[in-house]
Parts: sequence; structure tokens; C-alpha cells
Amino acid sequence: MFLPMSPTAGPLERLWHVVFSGLCLAIFAFLILPLVIVVPLSFNAEAYFTFTREMLSLSPEAFSLRWYRELFTNPQWAAAFRNSLFVAVGATLIATTLGTVAALGLAKLKPALRASVMILLLSPMIIPIVIVAAALYFFFTAIGLAQTLTGLILAHAMLGAPFVVTTVLATLSGFDWNLVRAAASLGAGPVHTFRKVTLPAIAPGVISGGLFAFITSLDEVVVVMFLASVDQRTVPRQMWSGIREQLSPTILAAATLLIVASFLLLLFAEMIRRRNEAARASTHED
Amino acid sequence: MSAPLSAEQMAGASPTAMPADIEKAARRVERRQAFSAALLVLPLIVLIAFAFLIPVGLLLFKSIDNPVVAEGLPETLTALQSWSPADGLPSDAAYTGLKRDIEKAKAEGTLGVIGARLNQDTPGARSLLQATGRRLDATTDADPHQAFIAIDKRWGEPEIFGAIRNAGDRYTLNYYLNALDLTRNTAGDIIAKPEGQRLHINLFIRTVWVSALTAFVCFLLAYPIAYLLAHLPARRANLLMIVVLLPFWTSILVRITSWIALLQKQGVVNDALASLGVIGEAGRLALIYNMTGTIIVGTHILLPFFVLPLYSVMKTVNPNLVRAATSLGASPFTAFRRVYFPLTVPGIFAGSSLVFILCTGYFITPALVGGQNGQLISNIIAYHMQQSLNWGLAAALSTLLLVMIGIVYFLYTRLVRDQR
Repeated sequence: MFLPMSPTAGPLERLWHVVFSGLCLAIFAFLILPLVIVVPLSFNAEAYFTFTREMLSLSPEAFSLRWYRELFTNPQWAAAFRNSLFVAVGATLIATTLGTVAALGLAKLKPALRASVMILLLSPMIIPIVIVAAALYFFFTAIGLAQTLTGLILAHAMLGAPFVVTTVLATLSGFDWNLVRAAASLGAGPVHTFRKVTLPAIAPGVISGGLFAFITSLDEVVVVMFLASVDQRTVPRQMWSGIREQLSPTILAAATLLIVASFLLLLFAEMIRRRNEAARASTHED
Repeated sequence: MSAPLSAEQMAGASPTAMPADIEKAARRVERRQAFSAALLVLPLIVLIAFAFLIPVGLLLFKSIDNPVVAEGLPETLTALQSWSPADGLPSDAAYTGLKRDIEKAKAEGTLGVIGARLNQDTPGARSLLQATGRRLDATTDADPHQAFIAIDKRWGEPEIFGAIRNAGDRYTLNYYLNALDLTRNTAGDIIAKPEGQRLHINLFIRTVWVSALTAFVCFLLAYPIAYLLAHLPARRANLLMIVVLLPFWTSILVRITSWIALLQKQGVVNDALASLGVIGEAGRLALIYNMTGTIIVGTHILLPFFVLPLYSVMKTVNPNLVRAATSLGASPFTAFRRVYFPLTVPGIFAGSSLVFILCTGYFITPALVGGQNGQLISNIIAYHMQQSLNWGLAAALSTLLLVMIGIVYFLYTRLVRDQR
């Protein structure tokens, strides 16, 4: 992970090089260690949030699947996983569809108009989530959407859509619109052209935007806190009360599962990004 | 998309020699394309309007909307119109009006709501109104003035009527006064709240301070690793990028859980320090459930938001510039300070304003690891939403927070413009 050093470097430069590398190592450790540490802790046989002496001496009795068993047999957690998945899938479908269609429209708008529409579409990303959640609480209560999964799905779709718009727009910036014209001149209707020409070309952007929207919904807790009823609790909401009320290693087990899930999603997203980059590089070479 | 030829293709043929009707047709096609583009954006705009703009607009409106007393005690307010607390007790008409208003509110079941609204400014007003409502009967008709004072002697003081009148405007700025730690005395003048009740200004200052500190710490940590990522060969940089992105993709609740496991009194860090003998059992560090916790966890969560824009700016810096500086005799340090660093300043601006703005809206982290002195402005908004149920105040605080974010954003765009 170290930077190459010129062979003519003096002693001071060598020293700085070592210091700098150590510094970077420490910062990367700060970023990643908190995630890694949860994994072994979740196999703790005791109800502690730290390593027991037995765990450090690696004695097998100190480790167990106790908290995972607890996680899978507890009906509250089971309901939370179900709710999270249902809301996230629903929100992702809406956000991806509306976001992709909107990005296609935005790409064709005049730049000045596009800029102002973008500010409107991206504003949910900057406004503090508490304000959004409080506002949704009042409005959805007034129109009967509070304490419904539909309300949660719509709210999460709104929060996730800006990610889809930005990623799809980025993909569209390299898109050759002549392909669409060619398809049209060969007699394809707009829907057919979209399915056979545009969509395959922008698919990487659509998928990574969708992944972002999915993660956003899966991670969202504040809106859930204001809008969801007790039976509509999601995994983060369940973790919230776990942290607030009783710190049991069950939340470490849940955290480990979420870390594994996000790692897989990240690898998936990176794979798509790289394939897209490779594809783009090869078309530019042609 | 359905148009066989776009306007610019037609125009491109020979723009000057285009007959008027073709030009008109071209413009029509262009208009139709713009219209269909707008039509595609529309569904998302509808969603954003429905689940964001309209709700937030209504919330902000709540910060000046004040219907409860104006609609609940109309006759009292009419009688109090030309009265001022300096005149002493109001006329009998005010007492008669109040009696009729209270009886009507009791019949409609709104007395509790009116009491709760008055209670926000005048603690105790709720129970006073309820008790009065219970004890009013036909015998009070003869001399309502004395009857009220007989029920509770507070009705014999002008303060409560001043409070009713202050709360009686249909639209009010009182929530903003409250949010800025100001209040009105019974005469209606704006004065500072008593020392012990000034919470919000301090919270705003703390929010700005914590956000600035977090942005600064993020800058210190982001700069070296962004530099490293920007200068490593692509393969290794990509691998390390995953280390930056993984926390970014991991649930905030998960990261907070891990930090609690690490930092609490009986946590991993304290255990390690104690077993190494660095600290004694009694000297375990309070690293979490206070402002330190908010800043450590906040830095961890926001660091990727600083690294990514900084990295993309560093990628665009031409390495030959630094090489030129060193070949002209600058030491590596001077070349960095005079050439490289200034070129990365836009990335620093972008990263720090992003971190600052996100941090001012921080809610989850302070609520879970902030303890008493690590709470920020979002947490008090949630408190007024969920516990004290003073929604007008929550709305006023929200508006002020949005204004603050707007100012920071404006300053950022100015800075960026001046850079160019």
C-alpha cells in the first residue's frame, strides 16, 4: 500500500515516507477496525459487549452461536427483517423506475432548466432527516398514510430516488443518442427502443443507483421512528431500541449479518462499475 | 425521441437559407421534444412534491400557524383587544367572554388543547383552565369577575390575561422568539429569557462548533489517504478504495454499535488500555455518551464524504506541475505547499462543506452516543416533536436550521466561484 519512493531520496525524505505510510495505515485502521471488531464479538458466549479473557486465549467454549440463535428465533427480529426487506424492495423499485425515467428526461432538458430541476430533485439529500421525518409525520397522519407500510415505502423511495438520478445521468453522459435515432429510423417505437437500446446501455447506472436506493432504505431509521407502528419496525429500528434499552450481543449478531450483506452489495456494485468502465474503454478504442 | 430528425440536425444543414415554414416546423419539433422530456421528469417531481416538498412546506408553516387560542377563546380575545396589562385587571366583559369560551370549549372537548397551548408559554395554565372549567356553573353568571377569582386567585392577576392575549394571534412569531431564547413579558415586549432557560442558542452554537470540529478532523484524516489513493497505481488504489467505501455502505446503526463496543467504559479500548497498564481500573476513559463520542463516531461516519470529493480533485492535478517545481529547485515540502496544496483547495472546500452540512443535521449519532452534552439541534427538534409536543417550536427550530444550512451552502458556492 506504499507509495513508490525515488531512489535518490535523502534520509529526511525516507523518514517522512515511513511516517506518512504509518499515518495512512492508522487512518485506514480507524475506518475499518470498528467494522471488523464486531464480527468476533458477535460469537461471544457471554452477554458482554467486549472480549472476555477466555476469548482472548481462544478457548473454544468462549465462542458460541448463541446470539445468532436468539436473532433467528426471536419473532420481533424476524418481523423486523421481513419489514426491512419488504420496504426496501418496494422503495427501490419505485425509486429506480421514477429515477431512471426522470434522468432520461433530464438529459434532454436545456442545461439551465436541468440545473434548477436537479436542485429540486437532490434537495432531500441535504435537508436534515429529522426535519423530513417530522414533516412526513404531520402530512402522512393528515392523509392517513402514517403507520402504513405504503407510507414508509413512498418516503424511502423519495430518499433513494436522487441517487438513481445522479448515477443514471452520469451513465447517460457517455451515451450515444444516435443509437436511439438509428433505432427509430429502423421503425422501432419509443418503448421498444428503450428496452432494446437505451436500457442495456445504461443498465450499470440503473443497477448501481438501485443498489444505493436499496441501501438507503435498509439503513434508514429516523423516518421509520416517526412513521412506523410497533409491528412495522425495521431492522435498524430494532437495533435502535436495542442500543437504547438493553445492550445485548444480539445486536452484534444482527450487525455482523448487515456488514456481510453490505460487503457483498459493495463488491457487486464495484463489479458493475468496473465492467462498465471496461466496456466504455473498449468502445472508445474502436 | 420519436421525431425522425432533431431540430439541430435540420438547422445544421444550412441555418441561414432555411425557409420560414421549415424553421417553424423545426421549432415545433424542438418544443415537442422539450415537452416529452419534461413529461418524463414529471412522475419523480410528483413523488418529491408529495413526500418531501409539501410536507416540509406544511411543517415550516406550522412555525407561524397559531390557531388554537385564536379559535378557542374568541370572545375573551375580543374583550382584551384594547386592554393592556398596565391597566391592571381587564373589564368584566373579558371575564364574561372567558366564561362563555370555556363553556363552549368544554362542550366541544377542546379545553385540554387550549390549556396545552397556553401551558407552552405559562406553565400551570393547563391545570388552571381545567380546574376552572370544572367549577364554572350558573351561579357565576352574576359576577363572573369575583367568581373566577374565587376559583383561583391567578385570575385576579393581569399576567394570565397577558399570556392569553400573547398566545391569541392567529399567526405568531412567538415560536421563533422561543427558538431564539426570547420571550414576551405580559406587556408584550420582547425580552431575553431568564438565564437558566436559554437552551436553544447554546445548542445552535454547539451544533456549529461540533460540525466545524468534525469537518476539521475529517480534513486532517482525509487528506493523507486521499493523497495516497490518488497516487498509488490503479490496482492497489482500487483495493484500498474498498476500505473507504465499506464503512460508507454499512448501516449507521451497525457502525454505532461497533463504536459502543469499542469505546464504552467496559469496552475493547478501555479493556486493552487497562490490561496494558496505561490506565488504572478507576481511570477508565469516558470516550462515549458525551461530546467526544459524538465527534469520534461522527468523524468515522462522515470521513468518506470528505475523502471522495478530495480524491477526485487530486486525480485531476497534473503531476508535472510538482515535478516542474522540484526541478526548479523547490524542496519537496515547498513544492507541496506552494503548488500541490493550493490546487487541491477546491476539494477541501467541497469536502468540508459537505461534512459540515451533513453534520449540522446529525441526529442518530448524538442521540445514541452523545449522552447529555453531545446532543445537537436535531435532537431537540425530535424532543419537541415527540416528548414536549410543542410542534410550533419544533417547526421554528427546523426553519432556523434550514436557514443555517442555506447560509453555509451559499457561502460554499461563493467560495467556489471566487476560486475560479
